Amino acid sequence: MSDNVLSGLAEIVEEVAGVAADDVTAEKSFVDDLDIDSLSMVEIAVQAEDKFGVKIPDDELANLKTVGDAVNYITSNK
Amino acid sequence: MTSGIEVVITGLGATTPLGGDITSTWDALLAGKSGVRPMTHDWVEKYDLPVKIASQLVVDPTEVLPRVEARRLDRSEQVAIVASRQAWSDAGHDDDTVDRQRLAVIIGTGIGGAITLLTQDDLLEQQGLRKVSPLTVPMLMPNGPAAHVGLELKAQAGVHAPVSACASGAEAIAWAYRMIKSGEADVVVAGGAEACITAIPVAGFSQARTMSTRNDEPEKASRPFDTGRDGFVLGEGAGVMVLERREFAEARGAKIYGKLAGIGTSADGYHITAPDPEGVGQSRAIAASLRSGGIDPADVGHVNCHATSTPVGDVAETVAIRKAIGDHPVLTAPKGALGHLLGAAGAVEAIVTVLSIRDGIVPQTLNLENLDPAVTLDVVAGEPRKIKLEAAVNDSFGFGGHNVALAFTPA
Repeated sequence: MSDNVLSGLAEIVEEVAGVAADDVTAEKSFVDDLDIDSLSMVEIAVQAEDKFGVKIPDDELANLKTVGDAVNYITSNK
Repeated sequence: MTSGIEVVITGLGATTPLGGDITSTWDALLAGKSGVRPMTHDWVEKYDLPVKIASQLVVDPTEVLPRVEARRLDRSEQVAIVASRQAWSDAGHDDDTVDRQRLAVIIGTGIGGAITLLTQDDLLEQQGLRKVSPLTVPMLMPNGPAAHVGLELKAQAGVHAPVSACASGAEAIAWAYRMIKSGEADVVVAGGAEACITAIPVAGFSQARTMSTRNDEPEKASRPFDTGRDGFVLGEGAGVMVLERREFAEARGAKIYGKLAGIGTSADGYHITAPDPEGVGQSRAIAASLRSGGIDPADVGHVNCHATSTPVGDVAETVAIRKAIGDHPVLTAPKGALGHLLGAAGAVEAIVTVLSIRDGIVPQTLNLENLDPAVTLDVVAGEPRKIKLEAAVNDSFGFGGHNVALAFTPA
């Protein structure tokens, strides 16, 4: 798993949802562990698309349950 | 409404152009300070707006709220949250003893999330759909301030957002009165919030020729009842009060600021923006507030006026007061100092009225130097006046012909 992607994603999550970047670790669930709602997930996805140059369609976004899911998706679709 | 239930005020909160809370606002008002300052926004020059002044918050809500919370809220929602937290805490409810199904929130706004609407429209135009915030709708909806406060307090008796332009804040308090009187709620958090100092409202009000253009003397621009008045000054802020069924408040040993004895509402049916110069609808609202409160007009010592510093409106109000109450009440117009907080005005000024009763002091009408000869009532000018009040009325009127009068008495 890419550490650069993880730390970049953590910065976005901190900016959008106020979760400390250190708490944004691979095994965490966005909804259950980080208390991020669906509206914030849309913001996070848009910022991640810009930051990493990927496309995250809505049906893919729905599958990204954990931070690790998102990092893996971004890494393999960059 | 003649139920034996009494409605009392147990908590106050506000953030205004005079101060970030109740005490600082009240002190600044009595000290004769003005909240009006030049606008520094780039759009003032960009569009060459004729109005270059506004009554702007002293304490920016983003300084008080956590960053992430603030970014999810429109400015009108931010100020509602700030004022509500103060009021809730002031009422001694931090210990959380209220049954949520007996708790309601009613917060009105005149304009709603105009800043969000314009900001997001710019993003759509310039950067496309992807950049539009998914929070756009909950940030711009006019029930947003009420909804966010309701959510925070988990209020379940009802969450409402009256929209009646510059009467919205007072309308919310009137609605709270009705809910408590009818037995629907024991506690209601009620007030108004407004934060729309941005290009299109300023341009629109300017085009309607309703705003003061005394740009070279900002602090003197808002001057209700003065012969030199030339329009209102747009302001921003929020005022919130906690109202309770008296027995409920007394049972928990709450401090009581005063009583909301009666309310009156009416509509002019006259013109979309201009008040009826004969003040017929306004006087009916005032008379109804006294009737519902069982108050003899002779006992009303004071009227906290809506007077916005427009040529027609200020005089019409005094005609209405004379008609409904007589020529004895002592008047003041807090907008001289506060500017016009639109949907928050009625709430902030209702709070001022409550404090006038509590402290036995009526603030001066700032900038009233030469009383309009058409005004034949006693308006406090120059400095505050000490006066023991048995009853006081707060007027609020709005574009659309909405009239609200709130009649307060001592605790």
